[in-house]
Amino acid sequence: MKVASDTWFMVLRQGRNLMREPIWIVMMVIQPMVWLVLYGQLFKNVTRLGGFGTGSYVTFLAPAIVVMNAFFGATWSGMSMINDLEHKVVERFLATPASRVSLVLSQIVRSAITAALQAVIILLIAFALGVSIHTGVLGCVVIIVAGMLVNSAFAGISQAIALLTRREATMIAVANFIGLPLLFLSTTMIARAQMPHWMQIAAKFNPVDWGVRAAREVVLPGTSWSTVGWHLLFLLALTAVTAAWATRTFRSYQRSL
Amino acid sequence: MEAIVVDDLRKRYGEVQALDGVTFAVREGEVFGLLGPNGAGKSTTVRVLVTLTRADSGSASVQGHDVRREQNAVRKAIGYVPQDSGVDGFGTGRENVLLQGRVQGMGGRDLKGRADELLELVGIADAADRVVRTYSGGMRRRLDIALGLVHRPRVLFLDEPTTGLDPEARVAMWEEVGRLAQAEALTILLTTHYLEEADQLADRLAIVSQGKVVVEGTPAELKAGLQGDAVHVELANGAVSAAQGVLASVGARPEQVLDGRTVVARVENGGRALPGIISALDGAGIGVESVSVSRPSLDDVYLHYTGRDFDTEDRAA
Repeated sequence: MKVASDTWFMVLRQGRNLMREPIWIVMMVIQPMVWLVLYGQLFKNVTRLGGFGTGSYVTFLAPAIVVMNAFFGATWSGMSMINDLEHKVVERFLATPASRVSLVLSQIVRSAITAALQAVIILLIAFALGVSIHTGVLGCVVIIVAGMLVNSAFAGISQAIALLTRREATMIAVANFIGLPLLFLSTTMIARAQMPHWMQIAAKFNPVDWGVRAAREVVLPGTSWSTVGWHLLFLLALTAVTAAWATRTFRSYQRSL
Repeated sequence: MEAIVVDDLRKRYGEVQALDGVTFAVREGEVFGLLGPNGAGKSTTVRVLVTLTRADSGSASVQGHDVRREQNAVRKAIGYVPQDSGVDGFGTGRENVLLQGRVQGMGGRDLKGRADELLELVGIADAADRVVRTYSGGMRRRLDIALGLVHRPRVLFLDEPTTGLDPEARVAMWEEVGRLAQAEALTILLTTHYLEEADQLADRLAIVSQGKVVVEGTPAELKAGLQGDAVHVELANGAVSAAQGVLASVGARPEQVLDGRTVVARVENGGRALPGIISALDGAGIGVESVSVSRPSLDDVYLHYTGRDFDTEDRAA
């Protein structure tokens, strides 16, 4: 219980801090809009190649942009931990009975909630651009959950790296290093049928692609709920693993004090 | 009754023996100072006591709770005001206090009332709803103390409470700490590398040097232990041993030599001994640049017990 309540208080603190940064709110709204509108226009005619399941590229793209945005957000989530470490906020809490796990978990939960809010914004923009989601409200929920899970899974990794390196520069390097490769090794922007064979195989092991597949499955007709379910389950399992890893690195940070 | 008991703590960071057998005890209700230059091991000692750091060996307890085996009991019993404040700069003063109370298990009206009371008590009530980034150094320090006190701890740890404050804010903080110790019936352990601060605030103190407690007592006892005033004789030509002989012949006890040219000697009464000292040196043909007399200070105590000059050591660290 203490873990849950402490985590919640920490999430509230971080959320409140974000809301006090107007520039951040603007970025949070505008950035996904840019992805959707720019990519949607740039690759508009690519559906002619076939294999997209729809002639509307923006419909194909919208659920994947939710996942991509959640993924990018997650790779930066460790920055907030580094900031708290540098300003000794973490140490102050360590000298109180605050739950140790909550100090890490709250970062991941905050990151996932942010991803969910951005998912809602992206979906609203998508509707405005004429996208329709075949499975309706339930589909929207699946898309948001897929975004949150991809975000949590990678936020765990980001937190662990933050706790191991405790340096912003390293964080930035890692985020850049894994960001684009994982994006291009997925079906985010292109249909599987149009990818080279080896990339199709590689994508199967890419958690970003798991999220994209679950999210896209509910948009187009002929939804396979077992595809949705399995991919969400994979993501859930991965989240458990990375969160556990982040918690372990937090213990090793404590020992280093 | 002893609020804090520290027994033979040792801690090594790589090549550095940060704690080399620290031992002392703090009685309930007193303000106890750990005085020493930077790098002496004061902060490490405090970090062990507040459960942030584990000692390699030795034991310590706070309010009867072992800092290794009963960590949560210790954390509830203490307030910790670290050297680097650790407040959340993006939150307001009040928000920081409320969150601190929540993780200490408080809530509802009790916590709200306590937050109001504390913000008033430390004198930042007017700024309570401003974001902490806009606070001055002194206001931040006051907020730090409020955070340490929110759950009504019996023991408060103040790690370098006035480092980084301007002299005016420092004096104000001294008054504050004295007042809080009374108002909240606290036992306070404070670390400082300001001799003046230890002199002003501490009922008793321990001088820490190179990971060990060198001497322990009230400021008055420590100064009295020196028996007399210090006479500093700065020599023109560095005839140190000749000067020491002359001083001894007129009843002054030569103690240390600073920078190879200043002899420090101890006399019962500096004012009365001075004319005799000057004429004896003059008679022996020893050139003197300056002579000064000082009442015993903690500087002298430090010099006496460690054989090293406090300021030199503080700057070197």
